[in-house]
Amino acid sequence: MTQLLWNGLFVGSFYALVALGYTMVYGIIRLLNFAHGDLYMLGAFVGFGVLSVAGGLATGLGFVALLIVLIIAMLVTGTAGLLLERVAYRPLRDAPRLSVLITAVGASFAIEYGMRLVAGPNPEVYPVRLAGDPVNLLGARITVQQVSLILIAILLMAGLQWLVMGTETGRAMRAISQDPTAALYMGINVDAVIARTFFIGSALAGAAGVMAGSYYGKIDFLMGFVIGLKAFTAAVIGGIGNIKGAMLGGLTLGLLESIGTAWIGGQWRDVFAFTFLIIFLTLRPTGILGERVTERV
Amino acid sequence: MANLTMSPARARALFDRLQQNRHLGLVGLAVALLAPFITATNYALSVMTSALLFVMLAVGLNIVVGYCGLLDLGYAAFFAIGAYVSGILATRYGWPLLATAPVVIVAAVVAGIVIGGPTLRLRSDYLAIVTLGFGEIIRITANNLTITGGPSGIYGIPGIMLLGVDLSGPVGLYYTCVVVVALAVLGAARLGRSRLGRAWRFIREDEDAAEAMGINTYRVKLAAYIGGAIWGGLAGILFGAQLSAISPPSFTFLWSALILMAVVLGGMGSTPGVVLGAIFISVLPELLREAADYRYFVFGILLIIVMIFRRQGLWPARAMERQSRRDKRKAEEHDAREAKEVVP
Repeated sequence: MTQLLWNGLFVGSFYALVALGYTMVYGIIRLLNFAHGDLYMLGAFVGFGVLSVAGGLATGLGFVALLIVLIIAMLVTGTAGLLLERVAYRPLRDAPRLSVLITAVGASFAIEYGMRLVAGPNPEVYPVRLAGDPVNLLGARITVQQVSLILIAILLMAGLQWLVMGTETGRAMRAISQDPTAALYMGINVDAVIARTFFIGSALAGAAGVMAGSYYGKIDFLMGFVIGLKAFTAAVIGGIGNIKGAMLGGLTLGLLESIGTAWIGGQWRDVFAFTFLIIFLTLRPTGILGERVTERV
Repeated sequence: MANLTMSPARARALFDRLQQNRHLGLVGLAVALLAPFITATNYALSVMTSALLFVMLAVGLNIVVGYCGLLDLGYAAFFAIGAYVSGILATRYGWPLLATAPVVIVAAVVAGIVIGGPTLRLRSDYLAIVTLGFGEIIRITANNLTITGGPSGIYGIPGIMLLGVDLSGPVGLYYTCVVVVALAVLGAARLGRSRLGRAWRFIREDEDAAEAMGINTYRVKLAAYIGGAIWGGLAGILFGAQLSAISPPSFTFLWSALILMAVVLGGMGSTPGVVLGAIFISVLPELLREAADYRYFVFGILLIIVMIFRRQGLWPARAMERQSRRDKRKAEEHDAREAKEVVP
């Protein structure tokens, strides 16, 4: 049982990292960025590329090397997110919602199959694998690497929380999410803040990609699809647009999946998660922490 | 020089007249009926049959996305439900394929209500992601159950028999598809022009205004969703008949996305546009075999470009483009003035 809870928390922290980007973008411009999961995939591949180039050097250094790779991957995916926003989403900011959603689907497709062109259709094996010796704790097998990955995730989330609640950029973000026009009148550079949001959200997804790649050891160009859906589920469970909600939702989904899988079998894991999404949307569409938002005409 | 600069307006007028031609559908039908007389190799027939199936799917999705403005990203799920329900009934219980159609319709309607029922009350973007999840649920379920044959799927699905005539050969199947798809296209187009169709378009343009005018938006949206489900399910029967074997990898998100692309490229809500879009998307890969690797990448980019620069698609629906005669004259005068200014 402890093992199940631990696994749930561990997977849940990945979900939470990806869900954060989803929820930030949605919170600010009400856009479901379907390509978000693919930025996670991009992060994993950038990490893979850097590690392959660095070669033997990286395997020797182990954890420190992984941290450096993590930062490089975050910068690259963040820039990719920035580009995506500038090229695909900004021209459509005042367009009907349907057009924006379709654009997001197109962007997701382009990133997935663009990566397929670059890296080929076959899965790649990560050069650095964080397996490690397990330590027994209250009946659960826990590795030091798992703990450190969770710590990195917590660190990133704490940093984000500080950024959104404690800095000027964060205040601007919150202002735009409440009323973009008024924010513009107050002298906020709305375009720049939205671009920054995309950068941060995409960088977090990229970090999660590298972490998942180094932990599971295998990556492929479609790996972002299911995780994108899961992250959205996590964001909805927590209350979409709510940053603490995304963290809570990620952990909740991780735990639910872990327990549900043990109960009905591993091959039903994704079905279980998506059914949960539908049930949640039916019973409490605003999520655990969400507030009821009335749509304005 | 002046002649050249005038021509876009004249070309547009000609194109407008062509678009509004009521006999366009008959021309399309004639092309479909005569195509096998030009080339009738098994390969050509199979490509053409696939294109027809794709047209049916695109027209069905057009009801949901084009008419009603609801984004359905799991449309392949209904296709899968149709194929599996008819396949199971035909192979395990020995039903003739045509007799499974009523059961398929019921299954599609039930699935449409189960998914659409709870989510259509929510914001429209939630529907997009729930349908995406639904598509995965159906595919994984088909992969896991024993009645659906697990990962290897169902094989040995019989061809179509009608009144003792065997239509299971490539030619028979092609003409069966021509008839069914023609009816499906006609049906969808008529539905789009009906009272219900006007309500759909009203909701697409402004849901709150539609609600204020007394339209029960929830029920009308559900009707569109169920309509799309039925079209998809029926196309699934033909798919089983064509391939005689179905398996979960045939129903991935890729399919849903390709159908969506056909609708978007052709022009959301426009029947001729969607039909041409579907033919384009399904036949193009056959013509460009060597570019297979670039195909989906290009499709993705194309979706973005169409949405940014030509949101109404390549062959827009009439309602969007139709101008009053006075506006048209004004536009022509404007064009002429511009043309004069260009000439030195």
